[in-house]
Parts: sequence; structure tokens; C-alpha cells
Amino acid sequence: MSSTQATVSKILTYSIVDGPGNRLVIFLQGCNFNCACCHNPHTIGECNHCGECIPACHVDALSLVDGRIAYDPLACDHCDACLEVCPISANPMVRDYSVAEILELAREYRPFLTGVTVSGGEPTKQLDFIIELFRAIKADKELAELSCFIDSNGHLGAPGWENVLPVTDGVMLDIKSFDNPTHQALTGMQNVKSLESARFLHAAGKLYELRFLLIPGKTDSDAELDSLIGFVKELGADTRVKLNAFQHHGVKGEAIGWEKMTEVGVDRAAERLRAAGIDNVATPAVYL
Amino acid sequence: MQDTIQKLRSIANDATLSPAQKRHYLSLEAENMLPYPTLDAETQEALDQRVICDMYEGHAPYKPRYVLPDYSIVLAQGSEYLELPAPETLDEAINTLMIAYHHVPSVTGIPVYIGRLDHLLLPFCDDISDEDLYEKIKLFWRYLDRTLPDAFMHANIGPTDNRVARAILRVDAELKQIAPNLTFLYDPQASGDEILAIASNNIVECCKPHIANHPVHAAAFDERGYGIVSCYNVLPIAGGASTLTRINLKEVALRSSGEDDFFAHQLPRYLDLNFRLTQSRIDYLFNESNFFQSFLVEERWIEADRFTAMFGVFAMAEAVNALQEKEARAGRYGFDEEANALGHRISAVLAKAVDGRPLNNAWRGRALLHSQAGLSDDVKATPGVRIPYGTEPDPVTHVEALSPHHQYYSSGISEILTVDESVRNNPEAIQQLCKGAFARGFREFTVNVASNDLVRVTGYMVRLSDIRKFKEQQGSRTNTTVLGAEAADVTGILDRKPRVVGNELYPGHSQ
Repeated sequence: MSSTQATVSKILTYSIVDGPGNRLVIFLQGCNFNCACCHNPHTIGECNHCGECIPACHVDALSLVDGRIAYDPLACDHCDACLEVCPISANPMVRDYSVAEILELAREYRPFLTGVTVSGGEPTKQLDFIIELFRAIKADKELAELSCFIDSNGHLGAPGWENVLPVTDGVMLDIKSFDNPTHQALTGMQNVKSLESARFLHAAGKLYELRFLLIPGKTDSDAELDSLIGFVKELGADTRVKLNAFQHHGVKGEAIGWEKMTEVGVDRAAERLRAAGIDNVATPAVYL
Repeated sequence: MQDTIQKLRSIANDATLSPAQKRHYLSLEAENMLPYPTLDAETQEALDQRVICDMYEGHAPYKPRYVLPDYSIVLAQGSEYLELPAPETLDEAINTLMIAYHHVPSVTGIPVYIGRLDHLLLPFCDDISDEDLYEKIKLFWRYLDRTLPDAFMHANIGPTDNRVARAILRVDAELKQIAPNLTFLYDPQASGDEILAIASNNIVECCKPHIANHPVHAAAFDERGYGIVSCYNVLPIAGGASTLTRINLKEVALRSSGEDDFFAHQLPRYLDLNFRLTQSRIDYLFNESNFFQSFLVEERWIEADRFTAMFGVFAMAEAVNALQEKEARAGRYGFDEEANALGHRISAVLAKAVDGRPLNNAWRGRALLHSQAGLSDDVKATPGVRIPYGTEPDPVTHVEALSPHHQYYSSGISEILTVDESVRNNPEAIQQLCKGAFARGFREFTVNVASNDLVRVTGYMVRLSDIRKFKEQQGSRTNTTVLGAEAADVTGILDRKPRVVGNELYPGHSQ
């Protein structure tokens, strides 16, 4: 049963920002959005083995073997120069993990863990892996109490959610914009599926948190905030809303030129939501 | 003599110290005019070079370093000497404790242990409403901070979930005082998740309480129990510690030609010298000072044979890194498995040595090993077995690197796990870290949340705003701010990612 593999960008055994408690976070490689504001842009693309990163590696940790990128983790000193030169926002340092390997890691760190979160990239692109992983966790005596969360952009249809929700405890869902042209400009995609997902997850009782990224001059207008308020009220005013602030950390390309979101701006937005009767609003604890 | 006069004058005229603080420093100077307890030449030399250290406890140990009275005795019987009847109400019980504290000596003159308060007060709370209990604890807390202003003063609560413990946590989070320091004794079987959740929320509010692994500590002591005092020293109730001496492991490593010389010759030599220093100080306290003539002994608040000696070590990180360099190995302490294993081996050797060396007038005839958290003048020497400030890995990796040490340090090994402010949105993470750390054998730890004004310098709390004010010559009401200010200047503690470091006792007044 554990033969399914996933392409993994990174694994953390300590994360306090990806759901309740301390979590094992598995960042899956590849995303169906292409957000200029992404703070992990190297998780978007999937490697096409072009080899352009090889000369950028100063410790010879990368090579081509049978036409495919081979990565030597022991040689790598994590300078990330390969990420800088990748023309398609991919990551040659990804590793394939089997469900069994993730389970082993979860067992090793079990006492420290409240749960497991799959993030990305867009993890639901590797839905079969998630389903198999979560099912295995729920079936494992030692791991069964770990909560299983997905951090998603919502670009997954109802049939997909129906398959994964029986073994999923909660979903953190990002809405990038309620204005479709803005959403299209920010992500390259329409927002219809994301909004549908939010409604579907809420109805199923699995929407742990609705996340909204505030970008000055793009998604912090009164009109956007009022759409957010209207949408949350439609779901239920007790929905947990997490307002995130656009920062430059990790961002590449044109978005580096965008203005950063200030604490004052976030607080103003949070106040607007609270004044409209939305009580469960979380704001960032740290501004970089 | 001229130097001495000048020193005394500078204390008397100091613009930043209160009269009480001046009196304390003047008394230290007076004590240190006396000759030191008898030491052989070799021990004296190692002490002069500060390879071994007496924590500047003073030349005439006329009181034990740490005293942990069994306060249940005065609450049950009152005190003949103090002309106190046995208390019958909660007000009387708190009042009795408030009086008792002023008769408990310590190295700083302020009691380092004020009792397992929930356990002591719970029998008096039957007819008290939760709201009255909260009001009374609030006044008690304010009294403690204002009259005994030293963060070495330490209260314990737990391991059960009870009304008094909850009232104390509520008050402590609300008042955010430096004093008293607070430890919650956690027992996964007895405490329950609810009170651990409250404690986690308090940590987010004010970096307190410290959390201790009750089952592990209880097993290391006897049925009279233990208390966590000062900055995380674990000692027998109705006793305490006569003295705390320590070895600077970095200095021992620097005097070694390599790993073999360290283990075969240098470490055994300085262990021996530190035992001699320890015995000499115990001998003075027991044989010359007349301390044990006190009413505290007569009325059985304390018993002479329940005083241990704390055998401290520090600068493990620098010692391991120095030995790694001598052996031409690149791995650094805290990050490299081989370097970490060398540290664990040193701890095992230390524990065996302490266990194998009989001492006169020590509880169970032995010292207790202690990972010592530092002095304000320690330069480039990391407290205890900690990972150097500002370089710590994430808390999970941190616990994994240090947990194998914990089995050896029965009289305390304080660790500080630094968690960024994101935890404010997620205090449940602190609960989980606690469970993980204890599952790995951690004896105790503090969580420090970045950017709290109230921060921990080793074991005690200081206010960052107080340090700033003190530097502007306004003086400070709380004794530990003085220590914090000195530690901040000398050891770079505020460089620490959040801002915590080690410094247990200020050696005396300095210009």
C-alpha cells in the first residue's frame, strides 16, 4: 500500500504556522497557480531536466544521469544558487518520498507533533499521495491521533475533495482575490474553483481557516475587504479568517517592487472585519 | 587598604543603588576581608585561575547558599520562636508565610524558595470563592514582588490541576511581575491538558512559568520531596544546598592536549580540585559558622543532613568545540552528531565522578551534578551545557541535541527554548513542545517568546525597559535588573535571537 511516491520540496519537523500545535510539514513540489507574490516560488515548477542549474552548483552536487537531474544531498551546502537560475521556478533538490518513509519520520518525531500538514506548491496536485498518507496515519495505532491538514489554493474540484476529506481533519484555504480580473492577474487562474472549494469545505465542516493575503494597492481595497466580509458571512461569521501580510521574504521577480503590507494596514483591515461582526480574525505575529 | 576604602566609598555613594542594595554589597565586601576557608595550594591556584569557581559566594560561608524550608511545618504548628500560632484561615496562612520568608537566609539574603504554594494553601481554601481566592493571591503576589524584589525568589505549583494553581497562573499573567519566579511541576499522568494549556498561554503572556518534569525529579529525591528554586536548582525540601561550585569545562579543555588527555588527566584533576574546594566550604559552614544553631533547625523547618552540595559545570559548548579543534574535527556542538556525542560522554563521566566521591556533611554523602547557568561576568562561556546564544537550532532539533545530557544533572539543568512570536497565534505548540521534550527525557525548560518585555536572563526574569532605564542612571527597584544590565553589557545576552542568557549571580559591586 505504501508504494505511492510524492515529489517533496522540503520537510519540516518544527512548524508552528501551518495549523494547530507543532506540525510535521511536507511541502510538495509543483503548483497549478503561478503567483507573482509567491514566497516559495521554487516550489511552483516541476523539473524538466534541462540541466541549466548544473553549472550554477559550486560543490558539484548536481549532474545529469540518463538525461535526468541527479542530486547529491551530502555534497549540497544549501546555497540555493540552483534555484536562482532555474528558468521554470522548479527545484532540482526535490526528493521522492514514499508514504512509508513519511510514516517513519512521523513515528520518529511523534512526541513533538500535534499533526501533519501537507503544503506546497499546491499539494492537491498529488492527491493520491495525500489520501494514502492520511489513510495510513489514521490506521496506525501510534499515529492515529495526529491531525491531518491540507494547505491549499482551492483549485480542486468537489470530487477530489470528496475523496480526501474522509481522512482529512482540516483545510487552510487561500483566497488571493475576490475580484476575478485581479485574481487572474495575480495567479494566472480564475478564482471560481477556489471560492467553490471554500463553500464546499465549510459545508463539510473541514474549513479550518480561510486565508487572505493583503497586498497594498492590489487586494487591500475597501471593495476587496467588503467582498471578503460578504463571503465570510455567507459561510458563517464564526469562520476563522487569517489575514496575511505581503512581505518580500522569498519573493522573486516583479513582486519585489511591490509595496510591503504594514502592520497598521493589516490592523485596519482586521478592524473592518471585526466591525462587520467577524470575530475570529487572526493577524501575523511577526512582520519581517 | 586604600583600594578597599575606595571600593566601599563607591558603593556607599553609588547613584543607582538603593540603600538596601548598598547594604548588601557593603556586607559582601566586609565578609571578603576575612581570610578564605583553608585551601591547599593546588586548589587555590585553580580557583585563582577560575578553572574552578566558588560563584563568589563569599569568604565566610555563614549560611547555606540555598535554603528550602518545609513550610508545611510552620503552617501546621505555627512558630514558637516567631510567636506565631498555627494559622486557621487562608488570610492567616498567607500572613504566616509572608512573615516566614523574612527569616529564610540565602546567598542573596532573599529567600530563593517560597514553597509549593498550591499544595500549601489548598487546605485553607474550602470556604473561599474563586473570586476571593484570586483577590487574595493578587495582593500576595504584589507583596512578594515589592518587598522581596529578586527573581531568584521562586514559587512552585503543580503537578495537580487545582484552584490555587489556576488562581496563581491567572494573577501571574495579569501582573507580569519579575518576582516571584514560577515553576509548574508537570506530570503527564496527574496534571492533565487543561492546566498545561493555561500554562502555555501564560508563557505567551510573560515567559513564565518554567516547566519541570515532575516524575523524573520526584524519582531523584525522597518522600519529603524536592523544590525548584532560584534559577532552576532542584534540591531536597527541608534542606537545600550548602554551596555551589563549578568547573569551567572550556578552561579544562584548553589545558588539554587532546581528547585523551582531557579524559585521562585534566578533567579528573579539576574534578578533584573542585571537590576539595566544595568540602572546604561545607566544612566552614558546618564546623565553624554555627548556622545550624538556628531556630529553623530547632523547629524542624530544615534538617542539617538534608543539605547537599551542588557540583556545577558550564561552558560545555566551548569545551567540546575546543576538543573538536584539537582533534581536527569540523563538527560543532549542537549541530554535529559526533560533537554532541562527545558532550554526552563528558556529562556521563562527570556524573560518574560525582556519584563516586564521598563528601562529609552532604545529603546522602554525595554532591549533586548541576548544569550551571552562568554569572554576569562570564565571557565567551555558554551557560551549562547549552548551545551558544543566537546560534540555537529550532526547538525540536535543540531538544534532540541536548536531551541525552538531562539524565545526569539531578540538581538541575535549565534550558531555554526560543520560540518566535508566531506562537502567539498558536500556544498549543508550546504544549506539544513540552510533551516532546519530556518524552525525550528533558528534566525542565523555559520557553522564551521573542519580543516580550519580560525576558529571562538564565533563570531570572528582567524587564528590558528596566535595563534601559537603569542605564540611564535611574536605578532599579528589582535586584536582578542590576544583574541583567551587567550581563547584557558583558556577555551579549541581548544579541541572543530573542534575548536570553545565563547569569545566576552577580559577584559583587563593580564600578
